[in-house]
Amino acid sequence: MTIALERPPEATAFLVDPKLRAKQKRARRRREDVVGWSFVGVSTLVVIGLSIFPAGWAFFISQKKWNLLSPAKDVGWKNYQTMINDPEVWDAVKHTLFFTALFVPLSIFMGMLIAVALNQRIKFVGFYRTAIFVPFVASAAATGILAGFVFEPNYGSANDLLRRLGLPSQPWLESPTQAMIVIVIIALWGQVGFCVVVYLAALQDIPQDIVEAALIDGANRRQVFRYVTIPELAPVTVFTAVWQTITALQLFDLVYTTTRGGPVNSTVTLVYYVYKVAFQESRFGYGAAVSYGLFALTMVVTLFMVWYSRRTKIEAF
Amino acid sequence: MALIRTLEVRDVDLDAPEPKRRRRHGLLPFSPWHLLLMPLALIFALPLVQMVLTSFMTDAEINSFPPKFIPSSLNVAGYTGFFGDSLAPRWLLNTVIVATISVASHLVLCSLAGYGYARLKFRGRNFGFFAIVATIMIPTQLLMIPTYVMFSKLGVVDTLAAAFIPWLTSAFGIFLMRQFFLALPRELEEAGEIDGLTTFGVFRRIVLPLAKPALATLAVFTLLNSWNDLIWPLTAISNQDNFTIQVGLTTFQGTRRTQWAELMAGNVVATMPLIIGFLMAQKHFIATMTFSGLKG
Repeated sequence: MTIALERPPEATAFLVDPKLRAKQKRARRRREDVVGWSFVGVSTLVVIGLSIFPAGWAFFISQKKWNLLSPAKDVGWKNYQTMINDPEVWDAVKHTLFFTALFVPLSIFMGMLIAVALNQRIKFVGFYRTAIFVPFVASAAATGILAGFVFEPNYGSANDLLRRLGLPSQPWLESPTQAMIVIVIIALWGQVGFCVVVYLAALQDIPQDIVEAALIDGANRRQVFRYVTIPELAPVTVFTAVWQTITALQLFDLVYTTTRGGPVNSTVTLVYYVYKVAFQESRFGYGAAVSYGLFALTMVVTLFMVWYSRRTKIEAF
Repeated sequence: MALIRTLEVRDVDLDAPEPKRRRRHGLLPFSPWHLLLMPLALIFALPLVQMVLTSFMTDAEINSFPPKFIPSSLNVAGYTGFFGDSLAPRWLLNTVIVATISVASHLVLCSLAGYGYARLKFRGRNFGFFAIVATIMIPTQLLMIPTYVMFSKLGVVDTLAAAFIPWLTSAFGIFLMRQFFLALPRELEEAGEIDGLTTFGVFRRIVLPLAKPALATLAVFTLLNSWNDLIWPLTAISNQDNFTIQVGLTTFQGTRRTQWAELMAGNVVATMPLIIGFLMAQKHFIATMTFSGLKG
């Protein structure tokens, strides 16, 4: 209390009187609390009310048999048992992992490659960048409908192109073996722009002096890329990989707007299965159990990726 | 926790010149990178061009063989069909309402909460912030069912509110703003306090004007997400009058499997506002997308 020493004692009596001081302090804290919560209160309540509360509630729903019309019936862990023995769930896991295994590496590879290309001082870079990024702003609904047109087996442009090249036309989305691959292509078309932009920013963050030092030491451009650029991009790569994996495991929109799970259920992903079970068959309890199963799968995959990147000393998290 | 550290708004100059080097292209008269970029750019852009062109074709032109790319004349039957056979104007209006409320609410609530968690001291602050951190780990799909049940108990199902309530605020937005405010120098705010401004006055008059780049980023992301959102309105709204354009489009798709002119017209209507906005503001748009700073 340095201020108190500089003032006459009678003016600072309240600073010395412990009761008064405590009271003042309480009042000030209360004022701070009111101001603080008036800033964060609404947002925090909404976030808790729309995320933490429902996430917890989903667990209780997953222990029930409930169609929202008749009263919920407690079934304990039965929904989870059903899930483990449900062949459709395992098919959905398979389809989801198949999509993720193709989509994540391809989007990262293409993102990095295109970003490196766009980082060159060449003509038309602005045009290329615009063209590659534009699909990112198109909605899943529009993308799905457009894909249905482009990959239409009879007069779609995809088959038209194949015919012009003298190749046999393909059934695309109408074939159980090709549909998911086509969805991967569509997803890449819409999402690669995002990876490109993330890598472009990361490339510009690489200090030029490291690159020049390597060049002076006699490295050629390919070696610079391999031994300087790629390691410098590693943290971004880990971050993007985790991000894209979480997105990929939740694939729903594109499936809904292209195949609605078909043909013969070959594109039913886990989220699509949850949607089908809950919103078309009104089995909300079972749907909640499956969504908890997917949550567990996502956690395992994500934690593994983070653990692996830590082990290889890439500091992304 | 990664996001907290890595989210950061920066203006990236994508055209920043690389140091000039003299390039030899070998056999080609141009850089070999064009051989990669030109086909890729066409693959990415042409479907959207085709979407616009097809929306002006007649059904006969679309079904002709071999397929046509350019319509013989500007035929607007697709558009009149789309608007005539569906509640499209209504859906568009709904989408505009949803997007406007989402963006406005995001800007207000996220900047307030971001500032509160970045600068103010109050009891329960750590608890509140921890709660928000925890929500990043909760995936949307886990919330689908309980949110629907909650909405149906609250009587929100089948109203437009079901489409914008999930977008009122977000953990992502709060972080984005908090990170931005943490990086601001404190001196300006202290000067404001000395001048006698209240905490809210400091926020309103000093901090917010400095936060324009962060607010722009937040607005762009929220606009994209709320305009293009499918899963919430799809699960929670079954009354055609309250559809957003995205949901309307998918149901329209279900009933008009092969009427491509109308479907493509609908697609143009649903995507063009964002695409035009993007083309006009693209430099800023792409710069705001790069919320990286991931070196850690």
